[in-house]
Amino acid sequence: MPEKALEIRGLLKAFGRNQVLKGIDLSLESGTVTVLMGANGAGKSTLVKVICGHHRADGGDLMLAGRPFSPADASDAISKGVVTVHQSIDDGVIPELDVANNLMLDRLVETGSGFFVHEGKLRKEAQKVAASMGIDVDLKARVADLSVADRQMIAIARAMARAPKVLILDEPTSSLSAAEANRLFALIDRLRDQGVAILYISHRLSDIRRVADRILCMRDGSISGVFETQPLDYEAAVTAMLGHRMTEVDISVEKGGAPVLELDGIRLSTDGNRFDLSARDGEVIALVGLLGSGKSRLAETIYGMARLEGGEMRIDGKPFRPASVHDAIAHGVFMSPKDRGSNAVIPAFDIANNMTLPFLSRFSAGSFLQSRRLRSRSREMNERLGVVCQSETDGIGTLSGGNQQKVMIARWLMEPCRVLLLDEPFQGVDIGARRDIGRQIRASARGRATLVFMTEIDEALEIADRIVVMTEGTIAGEHINENIDLAALVSDISGTEAGLAGHSA
Amino acid sequence: MNDRILDFAIKYGFLILLVGLVIYFSLSAPGFSSPRSAVFVLQSVAITGILALGVTCTLVVDGFDLSIGAVATSALMLSAYSMVILEQPAFVAVLLCLLIGAFVGLINGLLIVKFRVPDLLATLGMMFLLIGLQRIPTQGNSIATGMSLGNGVVAEGTFSQAFLWIGRHRFDFFVERLVPMPVVIFLVIAVLIWLFLGFTRHGRLMYAIGSNERAAGLVGAPVNTYKVVAYMISGVTASIGGILLAARLGRGDIASGNNLLLDSVAAALIGFAVLGAARPNAFGTAIGALFVGILLQGMTMMNAPYYTQDFVKGAVLVAALVFTFYLSSRRTGAGH
Repeated sequence: MPEKALEIRGLLKAFGRNQVLKGIDLSLESGTVTVLMGANGAGKSTLVKVICGHHRADGGDLMLAGRPFSPADASDAISKGVVTVHQSIDDGVIPELDVANNLMLDRLVETGSGFFVHEGKLRKEAQKVAASMGIDVDLKARVADLSVADRQMIAIARAMARAPKVLILDEPTSSLSAAEANRLFALIDRLRDQGVAILYISHRLSDIRRVADRILCMRDGSISGVFETQPLDYEAAVTAMLGHRMTEVDISVEKGGAPVLELDGIRLSTDGNRFDLSARDGEVIALVGLLGSGKSRLAETIYGMARLEGGEMRIDGKPFRPASVHDAIAHGVFMSPKDRGSNAVIPAFDIANNMTLPFLSRFSAGSFLQSRRLRSRSREMNERLGVVCQSETDGIGTLSGGNQQKVMIARWLMEPCRVLLLDEPFQGVDIGARRDIGRQIRASARGRATLVFMTEIDEALEIADRIVVMTEGTIAGEHINENIDLAALVSDISGTEAGLAGHSA
Repeated sequence: MNDRILDFAIKYGFLILLVGLVIYFSLSAPGFSSPRSAVFVLQSVAITGILALGVTCTLVVDGFDLSIGAVATSALMLSAYSMVILEQPAFVAVLLCLLIGAFVGLINGLLIVKFRVPDLLATLGMMFLLIGLQRIPTQGNSIATGMSLGNGVVAEGTFSQAFLWIGRHRFDFFVERLVPMPVVIFLVIAVLIWLFLGFTRHGRLMYAIGSNERAAGLVGAPVNTYKVVAYMISGVTASIGGILLAARLGRGDIASGNNLLLDSVAAALIGFAVLGAARPNAFGTAIGALFVGILLQGMTMMNAPYYTQDFVKGAVLVAALVFTFYLSSRRTGAGH
């Protein structure tokens, strides 16, 4: 009988009139990975925030290893052995410090750790931690200079250094490549064997298949399903999460009309390989590739953020060389960037103002804003994408991740464009919202060329007419999304077949 | 229920406090509630209020302008210099001051967006530079008609009547000669900035830049241009404040305007708390300036010693900041 590391009974939490958690019962056992699934606004984040001491529970009991547990704040929770790695990576690292200092940071905070920093000892211990995690980066490098994936690994390694009893991972793979995700899974296996109770929050079925010992589903503030008999019934879990059956998305492949965006022998870096790509009217192209494959760079180049290093771009046959983002938008090229938290959301604004930001001049007469028109347009878009909110004047921060992303996509669907670029539109978005967004993108695709940049093959299969694989700054292969040969697709993303086996399974 | 009270307190707390203060002073300080006294309060806050409105624009783009006090005193000295020593007409003096204000704002903006100097440091540097610069032409002396220019030459120019009119004229408003020109200018600027920030797309984009600069840039907003414009607005309003001060004093007094920076920054920050905005806004700034003015006028009329004034201003500022940041973070800290 495994020991219960954390037990929660009848947990309640409300914000104002909004009852977010309606009596949660759950237990985490030592040496077990429990996956928590839940749609937009199901209350997952709130639950995590209560466990890690960020919010106080309104009612119910929390027991840690059999003793009452009510953390006063985040550091209290950590010192009692509950460690959380949050979704936004930069919460977990200090960008200005080097890797060694980041790994040892918690050690420096401990009382009684001495006044002066013993540089040599600190480095030696950091070395040990890094080695045990399989982190292979220069310990003297500044964390700000590292890739997103490395920063994430360091944030997780920091959490491990505390030898936690309970480890909570909130969508840890959302910015990792397949190979890096595999390193993380290996680490999770090791911790499970050491007897750590792990709560793993994710939307990705491929991750869940890989790590889950048991699955908890949350819906609307309550636990809607517990699955712990092997083999786990994933379809039933998705059903419990969504309240209806998961349906396969059927794509009727669109060949597209006249070419809209043509890339002719372009190069993304001065020593990069040249490649061509033509995107046609009405067509949705998914550009898939791992982190660092050049797909973000391509998006930035078309959107006027990065310089074209060679070749020619044309829109509707006319040469296109954007000098700035402003210029690109003026030519009818729109982009929804990845990492909406840092690149897209205006936290101080409400839904309507976030949505209409690029097109304020269309909602103003002689510079003065016509806020009634602006709000009613936003209300229309909210309905079209199914944004769950009280009204269009809700603060953007009150929405769940998936709904925020819907607003960010609606921002660029509001006006017609020639080329729509979507960089990782499904990052941190649950499966329900993902379907809504995908459906809208496909439904509105006529009249423009749509390029979607993503890492996940599953997601690409759901949305694209054509899948283009990128590696090392160039195009490695192209597939029409009809009776697609997954093995061939996967082998195009070279050297990572093993890592992607889980994705295409 | 508790949440409703908290919401109400955040939204109307400061205004209720303001009304309470007015009632308290009216009852306990005879003569406080007269139109003359009201106008006196307005007059005392007009110049700091104008400067505060400029700072508000820089706060909106998540910047800060520490050079406003120095810009105002520079404008004061420049207007005196151009009329008394260069013997130019009022029109030229005013134009020069406005140009200098815009120019300083431009330099501040360029230092920040092009040379990547942090806003506080760039404008602090500019403050030192201007404090030094304004003293060089007169070897550190104040400027007045009849001052010696060395070699036995005496300054012949005078402050023109038209210039003094800007600072001293009083319009009839129910009572004869009631509303001073600086108050009118303050109100006009307040309305203009209020409209600009709250109701134009430019203001909306500036708030977006202040909240998430990167996201604003990625929707095509010219982030750097807006930031420079914010500092130029701040420079111009500060120079207007300097002109009004010069016109009121009638001489280029080197020591005046010492308190302008702190008072106007305080007004802008107090403005965060008005109506629970929790962000810089023109209406709040104007109310913040008024609040400080009423408090000081009331205390003066109740014979509180002058040296307690700064302490009271500081206390009000700290209270307002607690209102803004603690209470409203408790309210919006919710969410998923």
